[in-house]
Amino acid sequence: MKLHNISFGNISRRKGRMLFLVLGLVIGISTVVTLLSMTDSMTRDIEQKLNQFGANIVMVPKTENLALSYGGIDVGGVNYSARELDEAKLADIKTIKNSKNLSIVAPKILGSVTVNEKKVLLMGVLFEEEIALKTWWHKSEGVFPQKENEVMLGAEVASQFGLKAKEAIFISGEVFTVAAILNPTGASEDNAVIAELGAAQKLLGKEGKISMVEISAFCQGCPISELTLQIAEKFPEAKVTAMKQAVMSKMQSIEMFQSFSFGVSIIVILIGSLLVFVTMMGSVNERTREIGIFRAIGFRQSHVMQIILLEALLLGIIGGLLGFVLGNLIAWGLIPIVIKDSTFAGINLPLGVVSILMAVALSLLASLYPAFKAGNMDPSEALRAL
Amino acid sequence: MKREMKMTEDVDHLIEVSGLKKTYQSGDTSVDAIRNMDFFIDDAEFVTIMGPSGSGKSTLLSIMGALNHPTMGKVLVDSLDIYALNAEQRADFRSDYIGFIFQSFQLIPYLTVLENVKLPMAVTGRKKKIQDQMAEDVIERVGLTAKAHRLPDQLSGGEQERVAIARAIVNKPPIILADEPTGNLDSKTAGDIMNLLQSLNRDGHTVIVVTHNPDMEAYAGRTIRVQDGECFT
Repeated sequence: MKLHNISFGNISRRKGRMLFLVLGLVIGISTVVTLLSMTDSMTRDIEQKLNQFGANIVMVPKTENLALSYGGIDVGGVNYSARELDEAKLADIKTIKNSKNLSIVAPKILGSVTVNEKKVLLMGVLFEEEIALKTWWHKSEGVFPQKENEVMLGAEVASQFGLKAKEAIFISGEVFTVAAILNPTGASEDNAVIAELGAAQKLLGKEGKISMVEISAFCQGCPISELTLQIAEKFPEAKVTAMKQAVMSKMQSIEMFQSFSFGVSIIVILIGSLLVFVTMMGSVNERTREIGIFRAIGFRQSHVMQIILLEALLLGIIGGLLGFVLGNLIAWGLIPIVIKDSTFAGINLPLGVVSILMAVALSLLASLYPAFKAGNMDPSEALRAL
Repeated sequence: MKREMKMTEDVDHLIEVSGLKKTYQSGDTSVDAIRNMDFFIDDAEFVTIMGPSGSGKSTLLSIMGALNHPTMGKVLVDSLDIYALNAEQRADFRSDYIGFIFQSFQLIPYLTVLENVKLPMAVTGRKKKIQDQMAEDVIERVGLTAKAHRLPDQLSGGEQERVAIARAIVNKPPIILADEPTGNLDSKTAGDIMNLLQSLNRDGHTVIVVTHNPDMEAYAGRTIRVQDGECFT
């Protein structure tokens, strides 16, 4: 017989009463777990949607000139004579601190070429990256280019030259096959011939150079401006700009929900602890007689406190576990209803460990005074309740 | 503090009560539960403390059991002034010297017979094997071996009383204090219980029984009568 046998006996043989004691903890922990799961799912959701928005960071060579265009309307200036970045150096982007938050890095070369004696914008891209980035690109015919000698035409270019898929096109004297034609996008690519990066660099005589890089990044913990700074540090010769609006407004709403969740969690946890305190206090009062017996047969004050706190510890573990399970169940049921097109992000085991630790801490804290009171009960007073 | 059950010869009396007074304060009025008591009890005596209800006999028992601080006076047990000890030391004293048998048994409802009997050993640091052996011995002695794994509410009143006795003697305390041990039992069962207490006394335990039932006197070697907070030996 050890003191813990008494605590175990009490908890295992009075399950109904113990479940009631655990209720406060279960309510508190499950609320926190539900809210955290919901924020997590929302962030994931946003992350996916942001990728569909396209690039949110743009890297271009530093230039002395100010841009003379707005909303796609050019009012002059030297657009195609810009300086270039080194393609080889681009690999350095993988060495920034938050490199895992970069989902797509799409370099491109821009220049003008001649088709049928007309000047046309040539855009060299890595098709794999570009197509992932520009989710709004849809081809009206053909397949996306697979080979070096295949190109894709913007809608405007195709109609001006009357070209269709699988036909040949002469670009600055070299022959290419039109693999696909894009639907109109309303953006610059309508007027461009789009080729594989390597082929375009050769045509323009700019091997190993790139004109700009579009980057799609998302970072839960860090603001996008932090990522921008990290990239700018690596590429001092480039100007790195964050296209803040989209990310900022989305992040702002998540942050608001996060602080809301945080506030609600604190209130619920407070109420939960109060419930634990009240029920523990009630339990101690109810066990006055029992505590009197313990004291009469030679238990010290500290022994009685140990029994109560040990029970609190066990209840904390049980409450934390139940709360975690319940919270996940609620989140699983609630998320598809509350957040459109979103699903439960899955069980987060580290959160489970934190839940149990938190429940144990709360339970112990809320039981400190009841345990102290139990230990200090006057045994003769306690026995008068006999 | 642990002592052997057999008394050493240089100590005159096991328990010495002198100038004892206990006043309960309730609002403006104070009630003298014990006015003035002086007596002693020797080692291996069987003493009944008799008196009508409200005479202060239960208070006296709780004071002798180191549970209730007297207003005045001294209680020496084995020459030890028990109210000069601090609360934790008194708890250790109770663990070493006293076995309580309470009115209406007072078993812990969520522990089995065996666990209830082992309860006083939870703070003695004895090994599990030794605890089991000691508990089984006393359960056998009170004749409950077959019911050792039942919960208290599955036992009859007489059986619960036996568990309470087994719990009181498991640590082999020199002094057994019983408060109306037969109050809730029929006369046959009450007689069995008194016989059991008598046999414990023969084994060397000092047994002190508080009762208002004159039939119990026959089992004891000596009776201390209590009336209006005073005693007559």
